[in-house]
Amino acid sequence: MQVIGHVAVSVFRESVRDRVLYSLVGFAALLMGASYLIGQLTAGQDVKIIKDLGLAAIATFGLLMAVFIGIGLVWKEVERRSIYSLLSKPIRRHQFILGKYAGLALTLLVNVTLMTAAFYLVLAYMNTQFPENVRAIWPAPATDPGMLRAVALTFVELLLVTALALFFSTFSSPFLSAALTVGLWVIGHFNADLRNFEAVVESRTAASLARGLYYVLPNFAAFDIKTQVVYALPVPLSYLVTTTAYGAAYIALLLTGAIVIFGRRDFK
Amino acid sequence: MSARLVVLFIALGAAVVGLQAAHERAGGPLTRPTEALLYVRSPAMMTRMALSYDMLLADIYWIRAVQHYGGIRLSADPDKRFDLLYPLLDLTTSLDTRFGAAYLFGAIFLSEAPPGGPGRPDLAIALLEKGLRAQPAKWDYAQWIGFVHYWWRADYVQAAEWFARAGELPNAPFWLKPLAATTLAQGGSRASSRALWQEIARTADEGWYRTSAQHRLRQLDAMDQIDELRLAVDTYRQRRGSPPADWADLARAGFLRGRPTDPAGVPYRLAGGAVSLDPTSPLNPLPKEPVRRR
Repeated sequence: MQVIGHVAVSVFRESVRDRVLYSLVGFAALLMGASYLIGQLTAGQDVKIIKDLGLAAIATFGLLMAVFIGIGLVWKEVERRSIYSLLSKPIRRHQFILGKYAGLALTLLVNVTLMTAAFYLVLAYMNTQFPENVRAIWPAPATDPGMLRAVALTFVELLLVTALALFFSTFSSPFLSAALTVGLWVIGHFNADLRNFEAVVESRTAASLARGLYYVLPNFAAFDIKTQVVYALPVPLSYLVTTTAYGAAYIALLLTGAIVIFGRRDFK
Repeated sequence: MSARLVVLFIALGAAVVGLQAAHERAGGPLTRPTEALLYVRSPAMMTRMALSYDMLLADIYWIRAVQHYGGIRLSADPDKRFDLLYPLLDLTTSLDTRFGAAYLFGAIFLSEAPPGGPGRPDLAIALLEKGLRAQPAKWDYAQWIGFVHYWWRADYVQAAEWFARAGELPNAPFWLKPLAATTLAQGGSRASSRALWQEIARTADEGWYRTSAQHRLRQLDAMDQIDELRLAVDTYRQRRGSPPADWADLARAGFLRGRPTDPAGVPYRLAGGAVSLDPTSPLNPLPKEPVRRR
């Protein structure tokens, strides 16, 4: 466990050295700029739009980080040939993979936490710009803590994307890993279509195949509850627990696969 | 960084700014057809393509709808066309089916008579009915369908039916049911129209609705004032045998104390004995139907 921790901390330090946290400046500038411009561009709805924009930006910045750092986690070590010196140390291959994953997860956690803090600060400022009678008709307060549920599920989604990127990076090039990860992320939003495929095709085989893919492919749409939190609609606790458990199981599956593939790779 | 490099950066930066200014002075980009474009019109397609960004895309389409409406409404083009307004609102409300402002503001934009809007109350009703399908308990959507029937279609039976239906929905204001009865009994009268807009001005949550209701009330005031001015002009004509040439004639005859202005502060127009709003008045165009049964 200690070894995994060391690898994780080194991944986090490397991402700080690579100026990954600069993305936070971009995020804060985007939100502050938008909060000023939105009022000039639209008739009301400023707070709703900032909520939508903030939640979407947290997911997008996180997704870019998860994909583009995730695909290089293993590949970089192989490309630099530092993998030889690493594996000659008392580090087992599964510890290397899990440490790399935990390091990127830590980087994402720090980023998402800071972006969420900036998001709430902007909303708290916007809250002061509207009189009480206007605030009273909003479906939820500007700084509604209920939005943290959407941020939490977004974080689980990012952990799943990271696991996918890491899995692909154990056996393919960075370009192919990025293409496969993004491709699965896109397909993962069409799960409802796969489920209802039998309504549009006559072939039972095709319908069964689509139904099978529905169960096997990662269902990324399940992690998206932004509409519910922005409109303060109920999100049952059971839904949050089940979706998080689904994400955790999928991550465990992918990491196991990554460990098996990486364990069999010949670096001689 | 060497001094030479700094000088080079400053010189190149100055050249970029100077050339852009020269480009601007020369008239800017070459003219090209400015036809408004909407690449994806299918809400079903856009909803799929949005992935998890449906809410954000709805906001973007909403901002485009507001800019499209406002830009054309304020343009000097005599042929104001709002061709993209409904498709933009349809996309907005398909991506975010609970976007209340898009339904309510959108219905107002669509209903507005030319040149201030496309004059499509049918599309306004379609949009609001779509909102009601998404959220059947929204009494304000049903209420606005009633308003569109009342104000822009002068269909008082339908209006009364929708006011009554809105009054049955949860949390509806108490005055909707009596309003339904009044509309059925005296629909189209200026007094009932005034009561309707006064109620909206009093109870509207959003500033824009209140402003819109106050605008309608000023239009009704203008219609009352025009009636009084027409009466004065007719009386003058009967006494003198010819209509007054201008407002000064009426003032000299003791009918007025000065040049009359409409509730927006723009002087009324008197031409050939006919009284009307000045074409520059923001109260144009006045509604026609409520005059029918005063």
